Amino acid sequence: MAQTEVSTAPGQMAATAPRSRQVDAPRWSYLLFVLPFLVFFVLLLVIPLFWGMWLSLTKADLFGPGKFLGIDNYVRLFKDKIFIGAIWNTVYFVILTVPALAVIGLALALVLNRPTRTATVLRAIFFASTVLSVTIVTLIWRVVLIPDMGLMAAIYSWFGAKSPSFLSSAQLAMPSIAVATIWWCIGLPMMLFLAALQQVPREIYEAAALDNANRWRTLWFITLPSIRRTFVLVIIIQIVMQFQLFGQAQLMTQGGPNNASRPIVLYIYDVAFKRFDVGMGAAASEVLFALILVAAMAQYFVSRRRGED
Amino acid sequence: MSEIAISNVSKRFGAVEVLDNLSLNVHANEFLVFLGPSGCGKSTLLRMIAGLESVDAGEIRIGGERVDHLPPGERGVAMVFQHYALYPHMTIRDNMSFGLRNIGVPEPEVTRRVQQASAMLEIDALLDRKPGQLSGGQKQRVAIGRAIVKEPKAFLFDEPLSNLDAALRVRTRVELAQLHNRVKSTMIFVTHDQVEAMTLAHRIVVMNNRKIEQVGTPIEIYTRPATRFVAAFVGSPAMNFLPVTVTAGPSGASVRLPDGSSIDTTIATQALDLNAPHTLGIRAEAVSVVSGANGTTPTTSGKAEVIERLGDRTLVYTRLGDGSMLVAEAKGDSPVSIGDEVRLAFDGSRTHLFDAHERAYHSA
Repeated sequence: MAQTEVSTAPGQMAATAPRSRQVDAPRWSYLLFVLPFLVFFVLLLVIPLFWGMWLSLTKADLFGPGKFLGIDNYVRLFKDKIFIGAIWNTVYFVILTVPALAVIGLALALVLNRPTRTATVLRAIFFASTVLSVTIVTLIWRVVLIPDMGLMAAIYSWFGAKSPSFLSSAQLAMPSIAVATIWWCIGLPMMLFLAALQQVPREIYEAAALDNANRWRTLWFITLPSIRRTFVLVIIIQIVMQFQLFGQAQLMTQGGPNNASRPIVLYIYDVAFKRFDVGMGAAASEVLFALILVAAMAQYFVSRRRGED
Repeated sequence: MSEIAISNVSKRFGAVEVLDNLSLNVHANEFLVFLGPSGCGKSTLLRMIAGLESVDAGEIRIGGERVDHLPPGERGVAMVFQHYALYPHMTIRDNMSFGLRNIGVPEPEVTRRVQQASAMLEIDALLDRKPGQLSGGQKQRVAIGRAIVKEPKAFLFDEPLSNLDAALRVRTRVELAQLHNRVKSTMIFVTHDQVEAMTLAHRIVVMNNRKIEQVGTPIEIYTRPATRFVAAFVGSPAMNFLPVTVTAGPSGASVRLPDGSSIDTTIATQALDLNAPHTLGIRAEAVSVVSGANGTTPTTSGKAEVIERLGDRTLVYTRLGDGSMLVAEAKGDSPVSIGDEVRLAFDGSRTHLFDAHERAYHSA
């Protein structure tokens, strides 16, 4: 009886109140609330995105788009050995930094995830490098790596060895930039992992302790699966960030020696703002965009396939 | 199969003393319940037995072996947590097997124990699911199953029913009692719910304010509470307390209520200090609403202010002449209604007296 009444109620409502609207009907007046954001989003993100795509298809210079070229810019780009080298340099740099940032960040978080004063101080210290500007960071590392006088030279001399010239060696330039970058960027992954670790219920660790799990098995079977999502997040954030390497390479090696440490963004900068070939710079930007997108999505899908919670 | 001996155990958290020099013996295969209000230290004591909290002083032995220095996994106990504490990313099967694999139990044996426990708890259909796909009651069964497969010396339950709805709580309670009959193991159960304590326990340990107030069978706890705290904490509705003066009567202490009426109790007067003020304790079922026509002499009378009809009986909250409130019991079909003047008969053989130190004296 009660059910019948309920089921007929909307019909009665409609009959007596024909002007009432459906609950799930869109209300366009609500758009006003998101309009301020939407304006900036479209102006600053959507339009530049498509503008960049358009520029990459034209013979653009700093004064604006020129003749439509189709995919000529891309063809020129992939014929340019320096650009191909820059792609490999960037990928190499990402491979050097991203796993290291994730692993070291996690290790620091695991060690510092305790409510002691020392841990709090150390957390602040490890995070401190993140707030420095790239100029300061590269200055510090140039002092560390400078041949004959730097910190590394001093360390090598303790063992009676002569330090290599890190920044002017084709083999060592990129790893050196990677080390400086890891030192600079380690704070964020550490903080994200700390936040994630503190979300894992203590009871689960207690259950594991009662289940006789040693530290290694607790880490492997309890902690890591519990923070898997954060791990994916850290990897994706770092992929996106490290593919955009620019400042460190520009300030430490200027892409040298012989383009050995030239990343894609530095290439874009040189082409677009030094050679004023904005079209080709835009094309290189689109390639970088695609690379970041593919890498981040691949990481996302690979980790998603490995079982859901 | 093991008895647990707790001797002179103390525990502090910083400046706060949580347990103060506490001793207790849990018999082998006993179902013991720690009952007490929040913050009385009952969970802490359980966690100390489990090894999840350190012992500041004293010692704990399980099956004769001193364990208070051992890590939780090596004490041979299994614990069921209030919030289940299942591993969210593991299947139910892996949740139950994890502890066995950690100690290198051969895989066929792991499979056998998991199957046996899951069949016993009727969770065999859930083995390949993850905890997130289970209801609260199912999770609780899995948590119990995870404990059973370890074949522990003792089971520790930390308020395991408090997250379940009322109907499921009653059902799980019955199942826990059946489980104890089947696995025949020492079980310690922490709760603040007196019904759980009364229905499950062989013995109840009533705790309050860092100390054990009383250890006894449910009936002992109910009929002969050692202290006023126990008397007030156990039983629903709570025991009535009235300040009284005590004199020697014909069969024992004779007490005078604040409204001037008196009751002859069967409480022996030898141990009582007759000059000191006492508190009379009497449960609602020992105070009956009488009509006067059935021959019982009423002790006193008052005005019914609140009436709770429970079906089998009716509780009448009565305001006495001096303003004190008393809960009395009438029959389920009693015609009493709010505002009625009711006559109350006290059963002097079911009374308790509490002295200034809250120690209890019972009717013989």
